[in-house]
Amino acid sequence: MKKIKTIEEALECAKDNMSIMIGGFLGVGTPEALIDGLIEKEVKNLTIISNDTAFLNVGVGKLIEKKVVKKLLVSHIGTNPETGRQMNSGEIEVELIPQGTLAERIRAVGAGLGGFLTHTGIGTLVEEGKQKIEIDAKEYILELPIKADIALVYGSKIDKKGNIYYDKAARNFNPLMASAADIVIAEAEEIVEVGEINLNDVMTPGIFIDAIVKGGK
Amino acid sequence: MLLLKEGNKLDSAYIKEIISKRVAKEFKDGDVVNLGIGLPTMVANYVSKDIDVVFQSENGIIGIGPSAEKGQEVKNLVNAGGVPITLMPGAAFFDSADSFGIIRGGHVDATVLGALQVDEKGNLANWMIPGKKVPGMGGAMDLVVGAKKVIVAMTHTANGSIKILKECDLPLTAKEQVNLIVTEMAVMEVTKEGLVLKEINPKYTIEQVQSLTEAKLTIPEELEVMKI
Repeated sequence: MKKIKTIEEALECAKDNMSIMIGGFLGVGTPEALIDGLIEKEVKNLTIISNDTAFLNVGVGKLIEKKVVKKLLVSHIGTNPETGRQMNSGEIEVELIPQGTLAERIRAVGAGLGGFLTHTGIGTLVEEGKQKIEIDAKEYILELPIKADIALVYGSKIDKKGNIYYDKAARNFNPLMASAADIVIAEAEEIVEVGEINLNDVMTPGIFIDAIVKGGK
Repeated sequence: MLLLKEGNKLDSAYIKEIISKRVAKEFKDGDVVNLGIGLPTMVANYVSKDIDVVFQSENGIIGIGPSAEKGQEVKNLVNAGGVPITLMPGAAFFDSADSFGIIRGGHVDATVLGALQVDEKGNLANWMIPGKKVPGMGGAMDLVVGAKKVIVAMTHTANGSIKILKECDLPLTAKEQVNLIVTEMAVMEVTKEGLVLKEINPKYTIEQVQSLTEAKLTIPEELEVMKI
């Protein structure tokens, strides 16, 4: 199976109203070229699932600026004032999710779990409308999986089979998201031959990846 | 409004320094610690050289070192606040699920966070002011629930408005999780009976501290001078 595609080919699947997961943490480990590709394609009314909205002109922040996002599922928006402005004006719906819960809700999809129990959020706004379960006298919230139509992930080195190596803190949400969407597109800083990544250094196995595109440095 | 003893108005840099210095004394050799954004990050500067403290950053790093100097920044190497950092020997990287497994799973010995409000039951509010400022909770809700010890490090008041309350009225970050509150005026422990004044900065009187604290402070017989 040939996985290497142009950004345009890879994003053929992207349509209005879709849910899209985007890897990265404040722009570190974010597939910037794929985000630019979404903007160029002019898809809109997107539901975006990501840790944060980075900064103006960086990562998910670029989609916010173009006003193509109708709903956001994130843990933090404080670094991008435009997100807060659109939220306050009602242009964008924001669901704030504790970061660990967000990560695990994404992981749950990829791991085939129907949900998980966490004490995080008990006694806060986060528990509203959610089922609570008591185990050994401790209260937990039942948190449900978050799935997406498409995941856009970033890898520092990706081989032609889709095996991914992440550099330093670029890993963050990328491996989780690579397991949690119908279609997974990986942006490589560097595309390498199979075998060039030491087999022990593969952090996301290529079976999760549908398409590989070349990104910038 | 409080009338401070003459000459004991502290400047903001000094306030941050004494809070950080005092918090740093809470750590033991081998502790794994997560420092929140802002003032808490300064705590790392004052940890005794005689102990080994490992700093965790929720974006997937264990063993972070001081901030990177200008011109020495390394790609993909920032802390959870996006600040370029360095690494200590033995550092390691992992994904966000592992990172929060470390946090929720009780593998973090202490977390240090700022607060908008904290109360006598150990409730903490630090993630939103409805209708005004809604940055989001980031990793804070998981950290305060998962860390073995939760230390609030903050100025005693916000420009004179009281932050240590009988009951928080802002949306909570977590219920009954705070163990210790460190300010420039005092160190207070959260107990089942409410807040106990453990240590006081000698620049202030007990009455001054109480007058800027809504929650009733229990004064122990062995009230100590703040260890700074």
